[in-house]
Amino acid sequence: MNAPNSYRTGPDDGGHFGIHGGRFVAETLMPLILELEAAYKAARADPGFQTEMDSYLSHYVGRPSPLYFAERLTEHLRQISAASGRNGGAKVYLKREELNHTGSHKVNNVLGQILLARRMGKTRIIAETGAGQHGVATATLCARFGLPCVVYMGAVDVERQAPNVFRMKLLGAEVVPVQSGSRTLKDAMNEALRDWVSNVSDTFYCIGTVAGPHPYPSMVRDFQSIIGRETRAQMQEMEGRLPDSLVAAVGGGSNAMGLFHEFLDEPGVEIFGVEAAGRGLETGEHAAAIMGGRPGVLHGNRTYLLMDGDGQIKEAHSISAGLDYPGIGPEHSWLNDVGRVKYIPCTDQEALDAFQLLTKLEGIIPALESAHAVAKVIELAPTRPKDHLMVVNLSGRGDKDVPQVAEILGASL
Amino acid sequence: MSHPMTTRIAARFAALKEEGRPALVTFITAGDPDAETSLGILHALPGAGADIIELGIPFTDPMADGPAIQAAGLRALKGGQTLAKTLAMVKMFRMEEQATPIVLMGYYNPIYVYGVERFLADAREAGVDGLIIVDLPPEEDDELCLPALRAGIDFIRLATPTTDDKRLPTVLKHTAGFVYYVSITGITGSATPDADVVGRAVARIKAHTDLPVAVGFGVKTPEQAKAIAAGADGVVVGSALVEAVRHTLDREGQATANTVPAVEALVGSLSEAVRSVHR
Repeated sequence: MNAPNSYRTGPDDGGHFGIHGGRFVAETLMPLILELEAAYKAARADPGFQTEMDSYLSHYVGRPSPLYFAERLTEHLRQISAASGRNGGAKVYLKREELNHTGSHKVNNVLGQILLARRMGKTRIIAETGAGQHGVATATLCARFGLPCVVYMGAVDVERQAPNVFRMKLLGAEVVPVQSGSRTLKDAMNEALRDWVSNVSDTFYCIGTVAGPHPYPSMVRDFQSIIGRETRAQMQEMEGRLPDSLVAAVGGGSNAMGLFHEFLDEPGVEIFGVEAAGRGLETGEHAAAIMGGRPGVLHGNRTYLLMDGDGQIKEAHSISAGLDYPGIGPEHSWLNDVGRVKYIPCTDQEALDAFQLLTKLEGIIPALESAHAVAKVIELAPTRPKDHLMVVNLSGRGDKDVPQVAEILGASL
Repeated sequence: MSHPMTTRIAARFAALKEEGRPALVTFITAGDPDAETSLGILHALPGAGADIIELGIPFTDPMADGPAIQAAGLRALKGGQTLAKTLAMVKMFRMEEQATPIVLMGYYNPIYVYGVERFLADAREAGVDGLIIVDLPPEEDDELCLPALRAGIDFIRLATPTTDDKRLPTVLKHTAGFVYYVSITGITGSATPDADVVGRAVARIKAHTDLPVAVGFGVKTPEQAKAIAAGADGVVVGSALVEAVRHTLDREGQATANTVPAVEALVGSLSEAVRSVHR
């Protein structure tokens, strides 16, 4: 495939990124999606919308999030590099999205969608959630604006992310445990779509990642791309130049798109998306849609999916509820196809080790999702020279994962 | 194989018009609860009074379906049903029955993975007359709708309460066979539609097309079928039939001697109700 002039012009009018994307939804939803597309287009063209966003991003979310030089992690990885005879070790920076209000990058997108919902006169918000980070962010903004909120969450995830379930309830949201299918994120999304089909006039579906029917993938990306814009400015200020590489974990892929999009047309910037390899790609028990899947159609878009030979969707597996999804955003699928972003695997065990290492070295407990990205930094940074600037998106904080990690490590709370 | 001048669907609606009554369209999930029983149900449907048969393609993630059809799909998948087996089932049916149209209904992914051209060739050969693919709106017509029409298979579009007059022409443009009006904003087998509201909606659609309009989603009893059919060219019953299957299963979820007769009996009473409507 020939390289395009720009990697930042997508999607086309039909919502396609190469063969991926599109609008594969029931007719009942099609008029709503067209209405959303028109409303988003109008909001983008309205400076008042951006001003309103910026104000809440500063005063409510707490942006900009810091770009932090992880000195002890860098030192540790340089020792590893030296031990292997390379004498390298990239300078590692953490983009601290976990310091946002609600504890992850999810709030950036939710703020945009809730402000849009208000402009559209929608009075009821629904959302799906995996780890609960998007659910918490949605419940939070709904509390802030006095909107009723229903969050669909797989019953399996309700169990393994108990702290977030209680947070959502405290915030006034109704959390519906989804018992159908594999009872994880994909089933929560099915159930949210069923709710939307049933409540078309008043309800806004706040999708948490860069997936779903057009315009969601590009709209969510736009709301998240503040991560990359800040990173560029902060790196310019701290180092006087662009970063050399970016690393982010990819489930649906919103934190990764948010960081990557700003840099797609910078040929000197290497970009890595980290997929959850679960118990190992070879075991089949993973959530690596690009590395272990094929193009298919689910949840409104064509993209890489985990499925069997009959087109039936397979259950994903990851230690991290937020990555436990058999698909990936369509723009990632395209960036893989054109070779702009390199997608690499990270196992449960590698993520768990990175979770502990970052906690001990930097005093920062990462979400298990973000720990996947940190794990690959641990692998990649020692192979790069000392003047290499590597940015990892620390997309969420790990407080929610402490009970689960304690159980895995055999500690009783 | 010679292609008939008119399709089976057009011929069936023309015949019903002569009779002066609406069509009973019955939905069952292919392979529910197992391939053999499901074929038995399929064979029994025309005799029990089904005028058109919708055969559901099981899918793991049926986003527009309620609990009854979700469960039927999972039973079928557990029993090893695949799209290839569903096409084989239609082929078996066609050996005995030539007049009753069969419409495959489902989601796009199993067809996309099977390969569109290969699927259309195999479906045509098996004797499939139409397709209803829930997640392919007109915006995605290039995917399957236009290739299906070229292959001589009707692509039946869903029109819904959210499809306004401005959008209707887009929805109807490449629709063939009949129009499936979704009577409620919701999932299959949920809310009960109001017959008067539905009748007005059907009239609205008929102002835009000469195609027959069948109404489905939420029609469960003979009384409801009769009321809805009075204002339409056909009425679709699905969730109630797959529930009839479920109610006859034994504790292990296996079919019993009652499974096929139970579906036959329900279709019989639905047919009687629909046949009492004169248009």
